[in-house]
Amino acid sequence: MNSMTKESLNIQQRIRQQSKSKQRQQRMNRTIPKLLLGCALISVLTTIGIIYTLLAETISFFNIVSFKEFFTSTELNPLSQNPDFGLLPLLNGTLISTAIAMAVAAPIGLMSAIYLSEYASTRVRNVLKPVLEVLAGVPTVVYGFFAFTLVTPVLRSIWPSIEATNILSPGIVMGIMIIPMVASLSEDAISSVPQSMREGAMALGSTKLETTIKVVIPGALSGIVASFVLAVSRAIGETMIVTVASGSSKNFTFDITESMQTMTAYIVEVTSGDAAAGTPIYYSIYAVAMTLFIMTFAMNLLARYISKRFREAY
Amino acid sequence: MKFASNMTFRLKLNQLAKGAFLSATLFGVVVLIILMAQVTIDGIQWIDMQFITSHLSNTASKAGIMGPILGTLLLMVVVIVVTLSIGVGAAIYLELYAKNSRLNGFIQTNIRNLAGVPSIVYGILGLTIFARLMDLGNTVLAGGFTLSLLVLPIVIVASQEALRSVPNDISEASYGLGATTWQTIQRIILPTALPGILTGAILAVSRSIGETAPLVVLGIPALLIPFPNGFNDQFTALPLQIYYWTLDSVLVDEYANLAAATIIILMTILITLNLTAIIIRNKFQKHV
Repeated sequence: MNSMTKESLNIQQRIRQQSKSKQRQQRMNRTIPKLLLGCALISVLTTIGIIYTLLAETISFFNIVSFKEFFTSTELNPLSQNPDFGLLPLLNGTLISTAIAMAVAAPIGLMSAIYLSEYASTRVRNVLKPVLEVLAGVPTVVYGFFAFTLVTPVLRSIWPSIEATNILSPGIVMGIMIIPMVASLSEDAISSVPQSMREGAMALGSTKLETTIKVVIPGALSGIVASFVLAVSRAIGETMIVTVASGSSKNFTFDITESMQTMTAYIVEVTSGDAAAGTPIYYSIYAVAMTLFIMTFAMNLLARYISKRFREAY
Repeated sequence: MKFASNMTFRLKLNQLAKGAFLSATLFGVVVLIILMAQVTIDGIQWIDMQFITSHLSNTASKAGIMGPILGTLLLMVVVIVVTLSIGVGAAIYLELYAKNSRLNGFIQTNIRNLAGVPSIVYGILGLTIFARLMDLGNTVLAGGFTLSLLVLPIVIVASQEALRSVPNDISEASYGLGATTWQTIQRIILPTALPGILTGAILAVSRSIGETAPLVVLGIPALLIPFPNGFNDQFTALPLQIYYWTLDSVLVDEYANLAAATIIILMTILITLNLTAIIIRNKFQKHV
């Protein structure tokens, strides 16, 4: 009798224990998804944070400086007694350096992509692709060093009228930095063109070059164009190369042998100068950053739209 | 006859184009070799124990980069802790809890957009939120948080891929034995996906320690500050030091050599990290 109660007590205890651990598990199953959702929402918060900080201070900026002056004036003298805050010199520097970079990266990147996907043997590709990956992993400040201490002196020895800081050299180096990106994205697009289309062209007597130019490239065009647009977005946002090698001249000029400042380099210059909060120059970096953010965002959306909308369906 | 000569021409053109495509590809290789050679020639003689263990100095021959090395290491610790916890958490939620919800689609789009935001904009976010609003100033924490946000999309996407590649049948077997969702994730899915997650995390860290622009924007000083002891200390980092020495090489020629020597150290760390990631990936691929 006594032993019976003991046993039933024991069983009761175990049941209670088990239900307790079950409760704990249920609680875990309810709270953990919420915690994880919190983690996922951090990325949304980051976006909100970016847009909010940029927007709030940009509005403060436009309370001091008129919309019209910012977008149409070619004068930028943030430190003078009567400061001017024209965006155009910076926009000009950004667009010119981006154009130079694309003049380097688009042809070389596309040709590399064609070689890797159409001509290279597997063995050659296995050697070349990691090299491109290393090139893509080099920190931008190292490219800045490269532009400033090697490319600029070389350019000056060929073309002596180039200034010590100029937009040409960082533009070229920025192009080199973007080559791997164009090459790898374009290669993805090119290699997704079905093999049967190549075989069809070759069976009709085309050489490999003709097949590539008349069949493969048109088939992959949307992906290739999208890769160019993404590269432009990357070039617009690139900071260290132009900051190091292009100086801080705020002249509105189209002469690529001269120093020009990009939007990114302006932000670096002002923040390193430790501008006091609340001054127009402090707010100006937010207006410039907002412009930068909108431009790169639009480019990224455009790239996605192109690759979706104009994709050839096979 | 005409066809034959035409054909020879077309084949020649093909060969010519092949040569052009090959040289375009080799262009990248050549640039990489030139870059490496220049940095090595300029910097290798300056690397010795004294350079690695000393304080920064205005005198080129006495300058050392222990401070920036410590700063970069501390930043890495913050980035690893923050991105692994938040990034993996987010990936688990998106892949395993909310697979097809509308919220999921929204968050995914958002992550993709964040990946395209220029790093300097993250710098401004860090300056406004971490340095000023949270009053962290230019400490390791402020820098680490800023860099973490920057590379978070990389970690999330890599972790999602790793989680997706876990075979369905083993998690189903776990459910079949009565395990709850969380038990299955914790004991079955996460351990299986771990190598993939780690590879992504290492790549993210190696991306973050080369970043300069966000740290410059945070206002990390170019001054000779003491070694950082903890996460609340002021710091400088290797890429920042490269930046300042490159700029100042106009004033003192030897600063260019110091910058090159620092680049060698930074690139060594980066290559080591990337090799580790490749080794983990290869080992993992063999097992499955």
